[in-house]
Amino acid sequence: MGLFIDFCGVGRFGLLCHHAVYETNGATRMGIVASVLKKFHGGVHPTGHKELTEHCAIEPMPMPKQLIVPLHQHLGAPSVPAVKVGDKVFKGDLLGTSGGFVSATIHAPTSGTIQAIQEHPVGHPSGLTMLCVVITPDGADQWNPGLQGTTDPATLDPSAIRDRIKGAGIVGLGGATFPSFIKLSPPRDKVVDLLLINAVECEPYLTCDARLMEERPQDVIAGIRIMLHALQTKQCVIGIEANKPKAIAAMEKAVAGQSDIRVVSLPVMYPQGSEKQLIEVVTGRQVPSKGLPVDVGVIVHNVATAVAIRDTIELGRPLVSRIVTVTGGGITRPANVEVLIGTLVDDVIRHCGGLKSNTKKVIMGGPMMGLALHQTDIPVVKGTSGILALTPEESSGKTEHPCIRCGSCVNACPIQLVPCTMAWFAKTDQIDQLPKVDLFDCIECGSCAYVCPANIPLVHYFRYGKLALQVKDREDKKKALTKQRSQAREERLAREKEEKERKKEEMKAKMAAKKSDAGSSSEAKASSPAASKKASLPEE
Amino acid sequence: MSPSSLSFTSSPHVHGGDSIPRIMHTVILALVPATLLSILVFGWPALWVIVITTLTAVVTEHLLVKLRLRPSPVGDLSAALTGLLLALTLPPHAPWWICVVGGIFAILLGKQVYGGLGYNMFNPALIARVFLLISFPVEMTTWPHPVGLFGEEALAFGDALALIFTGHVAPGEVMDAISSATPLGQYRIEVSLGKTVQEALGGTYAFSYFNATGGLVAGSLGETSALFLTAGGIFLLKKRVITWHIPLSMLAGCLIPAVLFWLIDGTKYPDPIFHLITGGLVLGAFFMATDMVTSPVTPLGQIIFGAGCGLLTYIIRTWGGYPEGVSFAIVIMNATVPLLDQYTRPVIYGKTKKNI
Ligand code: SF4
Ligand code: SF4
Repeated sequence: MGLFIDFCGVGRFGLLCHHAVYETNGATRMGIVASVLKKFHGGVHPTGHKELTEHCAIEPMPMPKQLIVPLHQHLGAPSVPAVKVGDKVFKGDLLGTSGGFVSATIHAPTSGTIQAIQEHPVGHPSGLTMLCVVITPDGADQWNPGLQGTTDPATLDPSAIRDRIKGAGIVGLGGATFPSFIKLSPPRDKVVDLLLINAVECEPYLTCDARLMEERPQDVIAGIRIMLHALQTKQCVIGIEANKPKAIAAMEKAVAGQSDIRVVSLPVMYPQGSEKQLIEVVTGRQVPSKGLPVDVGVIVHNVATAVAIRDTIELGRPLVSRIVTVTGGGITRPANVEVLIGTLVDDVIRHCGGLKSNTKKVIMGGPMMGLALHQTDIPVVKGTSGILALTPEESSGKTEHPCIRCGSCVNACPIQLVPCTMAWFAKTDQIDQLPKVDLFDCIECGSCAYVCPANIPLVHYFRYGKLALQVKDREDKKKALTKQRSQAREERLAREKEEKERKKEEMKAKMAAKKSDAGSSSEAKASSPAASKKASLPEE
Repeated sequence: MSPSSLSFTSSPHVHGGDSIPRIMHTVILALVPATLLSILVFGWPALWVIVITTLTAVVTEHLLVKLRLRPSPVGDLSAALTGLLLALTLPPHAPWWICVVGGIFAILLGKQVYGGLGYNMFNPALIARVFLLISFPVEMTTWPHPVGLFGEEALAFGDALALIFTGHVAPGEVMDAISSATPLGQYRIEVSLGKTVQEALGGTYAFSYFNATGGLVAGSLGETSALFLTAGGIFLLKKRVITWHIPLSMLAGCLIPAVLFWLIDGTKYPDPIFHLITGGLVLGAFFMATDMVTSPVTPLGQIIFGAGCGLLTYIIRTWGGYPEGVSFAIVIMNATVPLLDQYTRPVIYGKTKKNI
C-alpha cells in the first residue's frame, strides 16, 4: 500500500512545503515568491486562437455617432447621475458619482451634449436594461482643460493617490470590474508583501493585454510604481504566460535594473488568470475559502489597470476608454481596438469589417467566462476585454446528455470541487445540499464544462444554484424577521396585559385599603391577595 | 445578421471536443487486440459468441429506447461496448441462448430500468454475467481447451455455427472431449483435495506462465491474455479515457495479499504472477472496474474502490465459493460507490487544514 500513499500524497506534500516557505519567509517579508512555481490543481488547455490578433497593433476607432454610457459598469452599487439632459460636457467630465462604498464614478468618454438619460439594454446575463447617459459627440473630443496630472507621483501621499484613482472611476479591467481604489486600501491589520500584476491573459482569443505590454511597457511599470507607493509594498511580480514571448521580452527590458519588480513566465494553463490560481502558482499560498487575497498578503491588479492608473495619476485622465480584442471566426477583420466606453458593440464590429454570415454567437469577454449577447446594440463597458464572434465550428452548444460520471470535471476543477455532484443537486433542486458541496467556492471558470463529454452546461447549473440559494436565503431572512416581529408583538401584548393587570390590582388594593380604613389593618392585608386572585379569574 | 438568430447559451462558449461516443469508441478500440486474440485462440465459435452477444445488446437498447419514444442512443456505442464486454466474460463455446439472455439482461435489467446510460448502479456486463453464472452454472463453466482457429483440432466455420446453435458439431457428437479446467479452477479443486499448488498446476495440467500470459489457456474469452489486455489498458491511459487510480489499486489490492500469503505458504497459495495472468483480473482492472458510470468520480474514492475490488477478488479466489471472483468483487464494490463519492470529496482550494 505504500505505493498509493505516496501517489496521493504528492499534491498535499507540495502544498505543505510551500506553507513552510511562507511561514519562514512571511516573518521576514522577503522571498515570498516561491522559488519553484507551483502548479494549481486541474485546469485545461483550450486552443489559444491568439494568432488571429496577436500581431494587431492597438488602433483607434472613428468617433461613433452616439455613446451610451451605462451608470453601472462595476461590481457594487450603481452610480448616481451627475448631469442633466442638454448639458454640454468635456471629455473626462463626471457623468455619475459613486453610489456607495463599493462603487465607481463614470466619466464622459468624449466632449459633446447629453442627449438623454434613459434605460438601455446592457450586457447582463438577465438581458435587462439599465440607466444610461446618452451623449452626442461634438467631434472635438476635447479633454476638460482642468484635468491635470503629476509628473512625480512619489511625492503624493498614498491616500491622495487612492482618492485620485477613486475619482477617476478605475475598476479592475480584467473583467471582474472591482473598484481599484479599494484593492489599494488594505485593512490596517493586514500585511501586504506582494503586488501581483495579472498579465496572464489565459482566456483564449484575447490579446489586448499582451499588445498593451508590447506597446506601452514603460507605462505599465509607471503604473506599478504608483501602486507600490500607494500600498507601501516593496515587491512586485508580473505574471505572464509563456505563450506571449514578445510581451515577456518587452516587460523584461522595461524592468531591467529594477530588482523589486520581477517578470515571471508561467506555463500556459487555464484558468491561471484567476486571482486565486495565480496567487497559488506564484507564492504557493492559498487564499482561504471565502477570504480575500490580502489575507495571504497579496494584492492582485490587472496589467491594463496599471496603465489606467498611470494615465490617471500622470496625465490626470479618468478612465474613459479601454482596449478591446475584436476577434473570432465571425469577424471580418480581427483587431485590437481602443474603444471609448459607451461605444455600441455594433459600431465596433462594423469598424472591424462586420460579421460574417456564419456567426453563431457574439460574446462579450473571453470564450471561457464571457457573456453571450442576445443583441449587439449594447455598449462596451469598462470590463469588456473582448468582442468575439464565433462560428458554429468554434463554439460549443451540442445537446446535453446525462452525466456518465467520468470524473473529468473533478480532475479539471482548479478549486477541487466535484462539479458533477453540484450540478446534480442544482438540477434536481436539492438546494439545501449545495452549500455542503461548497458551491459558493466555484469561480465559474468553466473548466469542468469545457471537458465534459456529456456536454452538460455545468456553469449554467451553478449559476442557477447560486441564485436559488440567494433567493432562499432572502426568504429565510424574511421569514425569520416576520417571526421575530410576531414574537416581539406577542411579547409586547403579554407585557401590556401584565401591566394592565398589575394596575388593576393596584387599584383594587387601594380601594380595598380605602374600604377597610375603618376595619383593622391586618384584615385588609389578609384579604387583598384573595381579592386579586378573584379579579384575575375571568381572564384565565 | 439579425440579433435573434444569435445563440446566447451560458459560458464557456468553447468545448474541448470530448464526447461519449469518443470514449466508448476508444474503449472498444482498446479491446480489439484482446478480442482478436481470443478468436485466434478459441476458434470460430468465439467469433459467434462475440457477434451474437454484441448484436443482442445493441438491438435490445435500440428497441427499449424506441419504446420510450426517445431517439435511439445506439450511436453512442455504449450498448455495443456492454455487449462486447459481456461476451468477453463468457465461455468461448457458450450456446447462443446464453449470449442472447445475457445481452438482454445486461441492457434491460442492468441499464435501461434505471433510466439508461449514466443512471445504472451496477456494471451492466458484470451483473449479467453474475446472473448467468448463478442461473446456468453448467453452461457458464464449461471451458473448452484452446483449439485455435486453424490448428488440427480447430472447428470449421460452419461447424462452429452448429456448435453454438445446437450444442453439437455434427448430430450426436458431443464436445466434452475437449473441455478443460481453468488454471484458477484447477488450483482450487486440487488444493481443496489436499494437493499442493505445485502438484495441482504441474503434472498433466502443465500450467505454463508463458501460455497464460499469451492467453493460451482455458477460460473466458477475454479473460485470458493479460499481455494484450494490459496493452489495451495502457492505450486507454494514454488516451486519458481512464486514470491510473482504479487499475493500479485493483491490481495491488489483489496482488499484495497474494504476495503475503504466498510468502507465508507457497504450497497452499499460488504466487502473485499466477494471480495476475490468470482469470479476469487484468480485464477487470482496466475495463470493468473502470466503467465510469459505476465507479467513483473522486481520485481517493477510486483508489479505495479499486483496492476493494482487488482485495475481494483475492478473497473469493482463495476462500470463496467460486474459483474466480472478479465479477462478484466489482459488483459488490459498485454498491459502495455513492458512499465513497460522498466521503472522499477532495479538500478544496482554500480549505486546507491550515485554513479551516
Ligand atoms: S465531466 Fe460531465 S459527464 Fe463527466 S462526471 Fe463531470 S459532469 Fe459527468
Ligand atoms: S466552473 Fe466551478 S466547478 Fe467548474 S471547474 Fe471552474 S471552479 Fe470548478
